Amino acid sequence: MSKKRTGVFVCHCGTNIAATVDVAKVAKEMAGEDTVAFTKEYVYMCSEPGQESVVQAIKDNKLDSVVVTCCSPNLHEKTFRDNATRAGINNFTCEIANIREQCSWVHNDKAKGTEKAIKISRSVVRRVNRNQPLDAIAVNVTRRAMVIGGGVAGIQAALDIANAGVEVVLVEKQATIGGRMLQLSETFPTLDCSQCVLSPKMVEVKRHPKIKLMTYSEVQELTGSVGNFQVKALKKPTFVDPDKCKLCDECTAVCPVVVPNEYELNLTARRAIYIPYAQAIPASFTLDESVCLGLNPIVCGKCKDVCEADAINYDMRPETVTEDVGAIVVATGFDLYGQENMGELGGGKIEDVLDGLQFERLCSASGATKGHILRPSDHTEPKNVVFIQCVGSRDPAKHCAYCSKICCMYTAKHAQLYKHHVPDGRAYVFYIDIRSGGKGYEEFVQRTMEDNDTLYLRGRVSRLYRHNGKVRVLGTDTLSGQNVEIDADMVVLALAMVPSKGTTEIAKVLKIGRDKDGFLAEAHPKLKPVESVTAGIYLAGAAQAPKDIPETVAQAGAAAAKVIALLSQATLSRPPLIARVRRSHCTGCGMCVDACPFIAIRLENGKAVVNEALCEGCGSCSATCLRAAIDVKNVTQLQIYEMIEACLAV
Amino acid sequence: MSEQQVYEPRVVAFLCKWCSSAGSDLAGVSRIQYPANATPITVPCTGAISPMYIMSAFNKGADGVLVSGCHIGDCHYIEGNYLARRKMQLIMELLEFIGVEPNRFRMSWVSAAEGAKFAQVITDFVNDLKPLGPQEKLKKAEHS
Ligand SMILES: Cc1cc2nc3c(=O)[nH]c(=O)nc-3n(C[C@H](O)[C@H](O)[C@H](O)COP(=O)(O)OP(=O)(O)OC[C@H]3O[C@@H](n4cnc5c(N)ncnc54)[C@H](O)[C@@H]3O)c2cc1C
Ligand code: SF4
Ligand code: SF4
Ligand code: FES
Repeated sequence: MSKKRTGVFVCHCGTNIAATVDVAKVAKEMAGEDTVAFTKEYVYMCSEPGQESVVQAIKDNKLDSVVVTCCSPNLHEKTFRDNATRAGINNFTCEIANIREQCSWVHNDKAKGTEKAIKISRSVVRRVNRNQPLDAIAVNVTRRAMVIGGGVAGIQAALDIANAGVEVVLVEKQATIGGRMLQLSETFPTLDCSQCVLSPKMVEVKRHPKIKLMTYSEVQELTGSVGNFQVKALKKPTFVDPDKCKLCDECTAVCPVVVPNEYELNLTARRAIYIPYAQAIPASFTLDESVCLGLNPIVCGKCKDVCEADAINYDMRPETVTEDVGAIVVATGFDLYGQENMGELGGGKIEDVLDGLQFERLCSASGATKGHILRPSDHTEPKNVVFIQCVGSRDPAKHCAYCSKICCMYTAKHAQLYKHHVPDGRAYVFYIDIRSGGKGYEEFVQRTMEDNDTLYLRGRVSRLYRHNGKVRVLGTDTLSGQNVEIDADMVVLALAMVPSKGTTEIAKVLKIGRDKDGFLAEAHPKLKPVESVTAGIYLAGAAQAPKDIPETVAQAGAAAAKVIALLSQATLSRPPLIARVRRSHCTGCGMCVDACPFIAIRLENGKAVVNEALCEGCGSCSATCLRAAIDVKNVTQLQIYEMIEACLAV
Repeated sequence: MSEQQVYEPRVVAFLCKWCSSAGSDLAGVSRIQYPANATPITVPCTGAISPMYIMSAFNKGADGVLVSGCHIGDCHYIEGNYLARRKMQLIMELLEFIGVEPNRFRMSWVSAAEGAKFAQVITDFVNDLKPLGPQEKLKKAEHS
């Protein structure tokens, strides 16, 4: 192998790097490396003139390899590899040495920072010495997408993708699509009816020729990679044939099992056979196996007996299906932080203390009280209601550190709805701040305060307890400095939004990252807000962060656009950093075959052979092979040894 | 570094690309300060780390070696970190057997969201290495 001619480009990143790393010294040290033919430092290497100077230097100095010492490769590896291509050399001979995130930003001693930056840079120069020119692998694209989660985010994404002519599989865990939005009564800031806007979209999903709807289903396993995923999903049996079910409701009248209705947030009960809501899609009843007496005519069988449509089939079995898709949108939504976590506010044990979603159901015409606001304890109309904001939010010591963003708005809405339903009632709102950024939002809150004479009290509530058939609220009004004591007929807690249980589960299955609060992590907080860290998997809605419906719909549309753009390519390129066998060294022991998580290696004529379509480049094989006969390209054992050496050279 | 200065352990930190390297990036973005003793080498996965790398680092004069990857169950390559955990257990035993303090080697799980944890892991490791003094046992003469 003839000696490399490497160019090292040291970026100052303004003062981001230069303040803690002596960039001139880094460049000088690198110039002393045997294979380095050129060095340059520049204030912003990623700027247009910076990039041009890289291209020019490669050409002028006949460089064959490039090391840019700058920020994380996640930011500019592609930028500089593209420059290598533009300069006419192979892009895989360009590597990044991260001396910003992993060095200048985390150290303040310039001497030590510089020493470490030199070690990092030198290790990457040594690595590049043995980098080989590689070509990206072209793979065909499966022109089909999957959307996981059928709330408003998933519905919007599925429709947008399907309307572009791409087939979509929409997987929803519950018996109906619609998500939380279907539980809402009216929505801020226009007070339009939630179901009225959502139901037509749900019907469109059901009828769309390009959408395959899988409700009551869960994703179990993901294999493959961008452009060619295989998703294994379990379709749970509903024991009711949706095509035959006539929605006559005869079955619920005879079912002897009564359990809390989770779709009504346990404010009412349902039977073992039930329909989540009148607007459910698919429009069909579902038999909940977990509480049914036994799916057996000998034990019960009442529902089957009364079903004239013969829609009930006790022999339905779970079905596992594998779907091939090129891209995935995850839209698995949120849950409310459980009241049981709020010990100081009764921990969910005090009657007539509700959460925001329960209050939505009380206001909703389709809810248990048919749109009359009645106290759960005695079904009377509450004449004064206390709304408490920021419950569980903005409390890093005990609960969630973040702001749930939408509670100020929906509490203002709740106060308005309450006054519409109970004009002679009185509403109190405890708040810390009012955050009403958004089109028409501030005006909406002002309307609540003025037109509906709702009393806003700035301060926290310290205690709630039952007192003479009411809920006593003890708090402080920090503006007047007075303690406040209110005997409320009902209390509504604006509990923090947390990632749904299904979001936590799906993150594990898909191996996509979550942030410190458990929401799905975007690939970059500013520039890639709808991409997950895994190529080909996109994020939408409240699973990514607390957000309201307009923002959810916007993000769903953005995710859909990304999917359409991705799937409109005929082929995709896959990084060629996969395993290669040195046949001369391989003894055919087969250790790597067992180590490979992707079953990508087989033995052929006593030598290991890698299936390039299956290899993901994890390197487990190379760490296992005792003879260093198998390596991941451009991350070979030899390269790592030389990097180790560079990291320890004094 | 001259011998008169306070002893600063030299650490090689092998980080998997998907979690711990991303976590170290987050520590950077959040500007969380930690000691500069550890030089990172990013590898595809902890499963790609041969036990020989760790021995090689000690040979070449490392006072401590860190391996950090995705939380168990979260490995981007499904089971790379299970393989790693088993191998690294062997390393601990081997080090003990040949008379090197096993706590010169550490394994940690740091996700992409755990910038603060990454900084803490490095800080703790460096602090724990200091009382042990320089690692001489495995160091080859030519690297001293
Ligand atoms: C009390 C309250 C009042 C609100 N009022 C308003 C308002 O007036 N105006 C407004 O703009 N916003 C309002 N919001 C916010 C609104 O509810 C959300 O913005 C919206 O529901 C987010 O939609 P989503 O699709 O992201 O999530 P969700 O609605 O939570 O839907 C997620 C879906 O994914 C499914 N799912 C979860 N896990 C899985 C899995 N692993 N596999 C398959 N499926 C899965 C769930 O079953 C669910 O159907 C309110 C929120 C609350 C709590
Ligand atoms: S482990 Fe190494 S020697 Fe054994 S079969 Fe695999 S490549 Fe060949
Ligand atoms: S790098 Fe090796 S172990 Fe990993 S997928 Fe490829 S062949 Fe299998
Ligand atoms: S990718 Fe992080 S441990 Fe495997």
